[in-house]
Amino acid sequence: MPDDETKTELLDELEKGPWPSFVKEIKSAAQTSASAQDLLRQLELSYREKKGHWKHGGLVGVLGYGGGVIGRYSDAGDQFPGVAQFHTLRVNQPAGWFYTSEALRTICDIWERHGSGLTNLHGSTGDLILLGARSAELEPTFQELAQAGFDLGGSGSSFRTPSCCVGMARCEWACYDAMKLCYDLTMAYQDEMHRPPFPYKFKLKCAACPNDCVAAIARADLSIIGTWKDSIQVDESAVTNYASEGLNIQKEVCDLCPSKCMDWDGRKLSIEDHECVHCMHCINVMPKALRPGMERGAVIMIGGKAPIMQGALLSSVLVPFVPAEELMDTLKELIRRVWDFWDEHGNSRERIGEMIQRVGLPAFLDGIGLDPVPEMVSEPRDNPYIFYQAGKDGEK
Amino acid sequence: MSSMPQPRLTDIGPPHYEKYLHPLIKKNYGQWRYHENLAPGVYCHVAESGDRIYTVRAGTPRLLSVQTLRRFADLADKYSGGYLRFTSRNNLEFLLDDPARIEPLKQELIARGYPVGGTNNAISNIVHTQGWIHCHSSATDASGLVKCVMDAVYERFTHEDLPAKLRIAVACCLNMCGAVHCSDIAILGVHRLPPKIQHGTLPRVCEVPTLIASCPTGAIRPATVEGKNSVSVVEQQCMYCGNCYTVCPAMPMNDADNDGLSIWVGGKVSNARSAPKFSKLAIPFLPNNPPRWPEVVESVVKIVDVYAKHARKYERVGEWIERIGWPRFFRLTGFEFTRYHIDDFKHAALTYARSAHVRY
Repeated sequence: MPDDETKTELLDELEKGPWPSFVKEIKSAAQTSASAQDLLRQLELSYREKKGHWKHGGLVGVLGYGGGVIGRYSDAGDQFPGVAQFHTLRVNQPAGWFYTSEALRTICDIWERHGSGLTNLHGSTGDLILLGARSAELEPTFQELAQAGFDLGGSGSSFRTPSCCVGMARCEWACYDAMKLCYDLTMAYQDEMHRPPFPYKFKLKCAACPNDCVAAIARADLSIIGTWKDSIQVDESAVTNYASEGLNIQKEVCDLCPSKCMDWDGRKLSIEDHECVHCMHCINVMPKALRPGMERGAVIMIGGKAPIMQGALLSSVLVPFVPAEELMDTLKELIRRVWDFWDEHGNSRERIGEMIQRVGLPAFLDGIGLDPVPEMVSEPRDNPYIFYQAGKDGEK
Repeated sequence: MSSMPQPRLTDIGPPHYEKYLHPLIKKNYGQWRYHENLAPGVYCHVAESGDRIYTVRAGTPRLLSVQTLRRFADLADKYSGGYLRFTSRNNLEFLLDDPARIEPLKQELIARGYPVGGTNNAISNIVHTQGWIHCHSSATDASGLVKCVMDAVYERFTHEDLPAKLRIAVACCLNMCGAVHCSDIAILGVHRLPPKIQHGTLPRVCEVPTLIASCPTGAIRPATVEGKNSVSVVEQQCMYCGNCYTVCPAMPMNDADNDGLSIWVGGKVSNARSAPKFSKLAIPFLPNNPPRWPEVVESVVKIVDVYAKHARKYERVGEWIERIGWPRFFRLTGFEFTRYHIDDFKHAALTYARSAHVRY
């Protein structure tokens, strides 16, 4: 091999500087893995040419699954045989991304035997990513992972691997058990995850409070965001402590309340709870004094996605409140109806949110049998072009 | 015992999370009362029972070798009983029941090159995509950009001195696997030329109706080229999203000279104070300049510095800009406002100024 082919002058620049370096990670894996070596060399070429060298994905996978593996081939496989086949396995992460050292080592041992030794913890959707396997290694890797208790996640037009925030495991603001719901839904839809049945991908994320640490509202077709219905719990002496420690409650809490539902008279904090929009600001600022109410559950929102194809959408309200203990049953029924409608009316490569934009939220609500409520809109329509149903079937 | 082959397992799902929870977490699950921030990167969560669990958070490059993962496992064994987790922004968290171990763990993490921080009003780690490491449609590399930006704002990760939290994301094409569309600062790889149609291979590898349907603007039309079924692209209608390339490999978008980066600002996903919002265009194009992307780094640092100087306490970037107005944002940053900043896609009119509320 000529000298210049092993040099990585551009990438070496990325070993400098204080932030931990991904180049060092590739070099570390390259000490024992020929495919990591060739990844490094191909990446250096990309940096030189300002161009990627991956071909379009191919149809590879494990027996009986249509998802969980992303096929990847180099367009310079002759030059870099180690990455001629460099497929990704998406391994369904444990809810909340909790591990033990033993679990991590188990994954490392399997992956070192079968692949490049490179991983992502984690991919954007939440899976633990094993980066770079040859086609022949996919099935053996999968079966070793399965024997160790791990399974693959979703890809393509499937139910994508759900993810959730840390929830009740380590957060006092969790309004429902996000890790349990995430796990239970994952288990309920294994078939839809592994054998893509939909017009396009379907993502689901569980955020246990409106701070939304998993970006459910932006990144999930179905966003389950914890909230509460009753009064914010107030510990008055703790409020007084914050004030005496120098917190300007009027300026830093009341003035920033989006619905101006709070009043501070210098001694007592009063909250008009029916005007509260449950934004979390006051609770975030005074975690020792304020807490979400006792009547907890979630708002279910639908349609969030990135731009492809008709433009980005944030999820919008579908069910304003579901009590925590009813979430699993309600969601299973709702998901069934939503998927049925999407299956029937969705176009190929059309996310739920785009289908709702196309058919209109009223028609979608009719289709899934949900009554319209004012919480679903920021305001009623301002245009008079109404598709009146007078004279249509069923209209009185 | 005979060596019977093990039965093939499928659809077992992920391991149950409970077996990975620290005993203190299992004991106090759903019973947390409040938390305190002991230092940048260090939390203490206090349970109703009085139990305390300490979290030490460190940044990682997300792309991790098994060697490094084993090192993390060793650190967990040494300091946190073997218990650790990762955050939604690729940070590593150790869960400790003994506060005396916080400082030694911090020191060891820092000595090994993993910065401790990323909490509260800091810049947390960057959510990002695969880029040239593993993606076919990327206009740039994500890991390299992340490394360069985080090197430049390193002190903002290890300190909590911003007006509010600041979240950065990198996506290397409009697919936005990194969901940059709701970030305080987003770096987005863009293509700027229409796909180069490979008429020779297209009929073999692509389904023409699917390809035509893939175009958001209807720019792709059926065409017969040298007697074969293919397509043509109405170039004025192409906005370089790359969706056609995703469904058809014979429509490559990559172009070394014309691909580059755009910068977006002011998005958020949290509901705190103002509603979640999309990021808006700040800079339509910067050159793809590896390995250190100086133009991108300079622009991000500029936004962070101007924001840090001018925003009020608790204001996210988008909230700050809404208060001062976009004209002032462009004046303060010195970024040029161009025709590209004015939306001309669907719902564009909703972004046009429809009042006489003008700041002078």
